[in-house]
Amino acid sequence: MNMVDFITKLLAATLAMGTSLTYATLGEVYTQKTGILNLGMEGIMLMGALAGFTTAFNTGNLFLAMLMAMFVGGLFSLLHAFLCITMRANQVPAGLAITIFGTGLANFLGERLGPASNNFNLTGMNLPSTFSNIAIPGLSNIPIFGALFNVSILTYGLYILIPFSWFFMYRTKHGMVVRAVGESPKTATALGISVSKIRYLYTTLGGVLAGLGGACLSLSFTPSWNQGMTGGKGWIVIALVIFSTWNPGRVVIGTLIFGGITSLQFSLQAAGLKMVIPSQFLGFSPYLITLIALAGMTIINQKKKGSFASPAALGTSFAIDDK
Amino acid sequence: MRIRFEKRDYRSKRIAILVPIISLLVSFLLGAIVLGFSHANPLQTYGAMIKGAFGSQMKLQYTLVKAIPLLLCGLSVGIAFRLKFWNIGAEGQYVGGVIGITWVMQFWTFLPEALLLPVGIIVGVLTGALLGGIPGVLKAQWSVDETLTTLMMNYIIIGYAEYLYINAWKAPLGNMGTVPYPKVAWLPKIWGRVHAGIFFALALVVILWFVLYKTRWGFELNMIGKNQRAAQCQGVSIKKNIILAMLLSGAIAGLAGVIDSAAVTHQLTKGVDAGYGFTGIIIAWMSGLNPFVSIIISIIMAALETGTDALQMKLGLPSAMGEVLQGLILIPLLAGNIFIEYRVLFIRSHKELSV
Repeated sequence: MNMVDFITKLLAATLAMGTSLTYATLGEVYTQKTGILNLGMEGIMLMGALAGFTTAFNTGNLFLAMLMAMFVGGLFSLLHAFLCITMRANQVPAGLAITIFGTGLANFLGERLGPASNNFNLTGMNLPSTFSNIAIPGLSNIPIFGALFNVSILTYGLYILIPFSWFFMYRTKHGMVVRAVGESPKTATALGISVSKIRYLYTTLGGVLAGLGGACLSLSFTPSWNQGMTGGKGWIVIALVIFSTWNPGRVVIGTLIFGGITSLQFSLQAAGLKMVIPSQFLGFSPYLITLIALAGMTIINQKKKGSFASPAALGTSFAIDDK
Repeated sequence: MRIRFEKRDYRSKRIAILVPIISLLVSFLLGAIVLGFSHANPLQTYGAMIKGAFGSQMKLQYTLVKAIPLLLCGLSVGIAFRLKFWNIGAEGQYVGGVIGITWVMQFWTFLPEALLLPVGIIVGVLTGALLGGIPGVLKAQWSVDETLTTLMMNYIIIGYAEYLYINAWKAPLGNMGTVPYPKVAWLPKIWGRVHAGIFFALALVVILWFVLYKTRWGFELNMIGKNQRAAQCQGVSIKKNIILAMLLSGAIAGLAGVIDSAAVTHQLTKGVDAGYGFTGIIIAWMSGLNPFVSIIISIIMAALETGTDALQMKLGLPSAMGEVLQGLILIPLLAGNIFIEYRVLFIRSHKELSV
């Protein structure tokens, strides 16, 4: 296999893997921009993966499956919003609770929603159809970058959603409102903005995108249902938000790097490198690199006096009634 | 009519006890709904769970054996949570403890037999402390987000442990797992399956209660958690305390791993990441970070696990039912917390408010 082929294949694998992460990271960026930290992403993504898979399995309709995953994701993040905004719960344990409940319920339902012939288990079932790659004639034949034009419709969706999100956040009036709520809820209230309403809206939207991210896994990347199939991706998402410096336009950088490392690890394992490096080391290398990058990124941020800082009100509850 | 929350001037003890109890009842009610949807009779299911957890002497012993590492992990996480340091790495620190003691048992064969266990415990505890200390230093020195560092470290440590029991430290026979620890170095049993580790756990409860509630250091930790700026004004070093608390938190999680492997598994093998560290988060949160309350909560959580094991065997319900119930216990509790800190006021209309 020559080098160009290898890189093209790696890019294709990265895009396939990164799509799910990118949707969820975008969702978390929207949520955190308003000052709400949602650590429930792992649970929400897994619920999205399950909702998508079971809908597609029963109806064969992939778009309905996508919608269902988005709906369920939205529902779970609505619960997070209710806990954090209305009930003023601490956002960290609330997010952990959502993750525990979401992963538990998804794994539970995975053994309940399957066909009777498979003992009600969804694991091991195949979908009637999955999102397959659509090649754009001409463009997809370009060496290396052709991989960008031979992806599933879910990935093509990102080519529109990412620039749109950037434009929305930094070039529209409503985007400014969102940022104001996350930076200074007090000022936003003084300007007549309903902080709670905006926070509810974007926390829910974040979950909708995370649900879709989960469905990308079960409908396209590895079209199947497996217990805990998100395998910690929901947590990687939280780290990727930090790499994106809360800028939707930069979300893709982190997902390409993480997706790239993970795919590279798979191809290296396939290439027999595990004779030199044990496969377990390759297996945890994405997390190790994320950890190092996270620490490096935070330290650089501080040296630059917080030019890439998080929204000032992130993680704090806000209520007009408070004395 | 409008509902308004007003911050309480003082915390009522009665409500602080009532809210968790009502929350627990709400969670069992919600659990019953989930069970109903999956065509299981809720009463029969809960009955089977209680029987599975406490129904006989052996089952009670089994539940207690699970409660020991859970209690220790709950204590570990609770110390960090006191400072609002969100340590979700107890799972990795626990595995680190197991790696530490296994290392001694495998390679420190020059030690006299009687010293194997004590040295193994110390090395395991130190490994846990080290692994807790890393995210502590990262947070204290450079404010690197601790939820992420502790979590990423879980994956790394568990992956490394897997490398050890599948490759580097694998016993000559079989395809995974280390050679079992020598029998002399096992932690003795005191009642059926229940082992001497229970003394470690209970002693630690008393010690921690004393340290956290009766010493100046405990007072400082509390102050940092409540109001960092005020603590700083009082001359309390936040950096130093974060690192110290995380060393201690990691050490206790490491101890949990050390005890469970010295008394129950006797080796490093698959399943070492049994999820005690994650359940510890729930225990710490539910107990309101109080060591004594943690005892009760860890028995409840252990019973939930042994109870669901029984469900799986008897009623054929998925094992994930346990996780669902754990989540359902947490959510009403989180929602209910507001009633401890706030009073609910019912306001007739907007006009009265403006008067």
